[in-house]
Amino acid sequence: MSDITTLNGGSCIAFKGKNCVAIACDLRLGNQALTVACNRDKVFKITDKTYLGMTGLASDVDTLRSAFRYRLNMYRMKEEREIEPETFAHLVSSTLYEKRFGPYFIEPIIAGLNSNNEPFIAAADLIGCLNFAKDFVVTGTASDKLFGMAEGLWEPDLGPEELFESISQALLGALERDALSGWGAIVRVITPDKVIERTLQSRQD
Amino acid sequence: MNSILSRFSSTNALPANFDNEGGRQDFQDSINGAPAQFDLPGTEPARFLSQYTDVDSSNPAARIKLQHGTTTLAFRYKGGIIVCVDSRATAGSYIASGTVKKVIEINPYLLGTMAGGAADCQYWECRLHELRNKERISVAAASKYLSNIVYSYKGMGLSMGTMICGWDKTGPALFYVDSDGTRLKGDVFSVGSGSTFAYGVLDQGYHWDLTDAEAQELGRRSIYAATHRDAYSGNTINLYHVKEEGWEFIANYDAMNLHYDGPGDNVPGAPGGGYGWDVRTQGLSSKLEATEGQQTSGQGGRFADEQPLTASVQPPQA
Repeated sequence: MSDITTLNGGSCIAFKGKNCVAIACDLRLGNQALTVACNRDKVFKITDKTYLGMTGLASDVDTLRSAFRYRLNMYRMKEEREIEPETFAHLVSSTLYEKRFGPYFIEPIIAGLNSNNEPFIAAADLIGCLNFAKDFVVTGTASDKLFGMAEGLWEPDLGPEELFESISQALLGALERDALSGWGAIVRVITPDKVIERTLQSRQD
Repeated sequence: MNSILSRFSSTNALPANFDNEGGRQDFQDSINGAPAQFDLPGTEPARFLSQYTDVDSSNPAARIKLQHGTTTLAFRYKGGIIVCVDSRATAGSYIASGTVKKVIEINPYLLGTMAGGAADCQYWECRLHELRNKERISVAAASKYLSNIVYSYKGMGLSMGTMICGWDKTGPALFYVDSDGTRLKGDVFSVGSGSTFAYGVLDQGYHWDLTDAEAQELGRRSIYAATHRDAYSGNTINLYHVKEEGWEFIANYDAMNLHYDGPGDNVPGAPGGGYGWDVRTQGLSSKLEATEGQQTSGQGGRFADEQPLTASVQPPQA
């Protein structure tokens, strides 16, 4: 009730696999009980092999998206190379901590392959406390349900297709039990040579 | 407020007197006597309850969240009454159940719908089942009993918004009753968090001379609209039709099937195909093309026909 972090709704999840990672989100943008739009992608491309998912207050997601674009371009120009997912996680963390006493109301997750094609996932809270998980990370209004699904469905060393299947089932299962997330979903599986992006057919209620 | 509450705090509190709109005194007594069966908290019931529940959504810290999200509708027309409801129960943002029966079958001629506190609706509407006389009770009388009972508990935290639907010797009859004590006679009602969305579709398609098939489709389509736009309504849809011979259960529909495929093949009254916006409009959009010699701006100076078609690339709206 009038909680700014759950005003718009939405959820994200990332799974680590064998030489691949998957990141998925729902598509709802709401205003409390009212579903305003069903095409709100919450995962953004950072580099060819690094993606960022942000849930929480939609206006802060937009603000941070441009803030990260600016910082990333500065990094590219200074370093003349693409950012590593580990480095980007720390950039996210320090950007959030800059607003320690008046935070952005978002919780990000990061998924990517580093330059050695090793999988990497991380999550942070709204003031930038990083969590480098070795299995999965979740965020959003369905995060408690996603934890339950991921605990049950995640296995080590899944290949791209198996990883897609298991992250999709985990997300769809959690969305069925969360009133504020759902209305479609997008899954991205990042592999060394390509990113597989699929829109899931899901419940629209 | 306190003076009103004190009237109901003692165990021998009696509800307000019933009028005699179709009922016998001895049957009223069994209902009149009912309040004494309940153990009441020692102090003021309303304040006690508000510590632990969230009846009026004013206490987010409450540990017991009551079922608020719902869409129910009923409307009267030439062929009787259509009653249609969703089946979702939520506790906060958690979907606690997707298979709730929100239509209460009081007797073969009377239906009640459920919004607000599930237990309150179920308990008090089942009490109506006990109303019996030489002839069937009128819908007006049954609904008045219910409204008098809940009025007698006013201020004590009952939460219900219900529609009593039936066919009596006056024909199809429909009443809205809620726990504030409101009792309204009418042709079209919708109750719950998704009621605004249902009213939108219902008002657009409603008229008295609907055929049975059209009326059932309108009820179905209205609740579907609410399940789509309201976060706290959804899962499956139950459809009932009240006729002169009594009520009939028509079907249970999954809202997901209605969105993508519609109510099924050869359902009279249904247009065929899914109700969903993206399903209905698929392939109907024209391609974005520049007129001859046109150079469009605002997209990095690219020509309009070179621009990506965001409408087809992005996931669909609505």
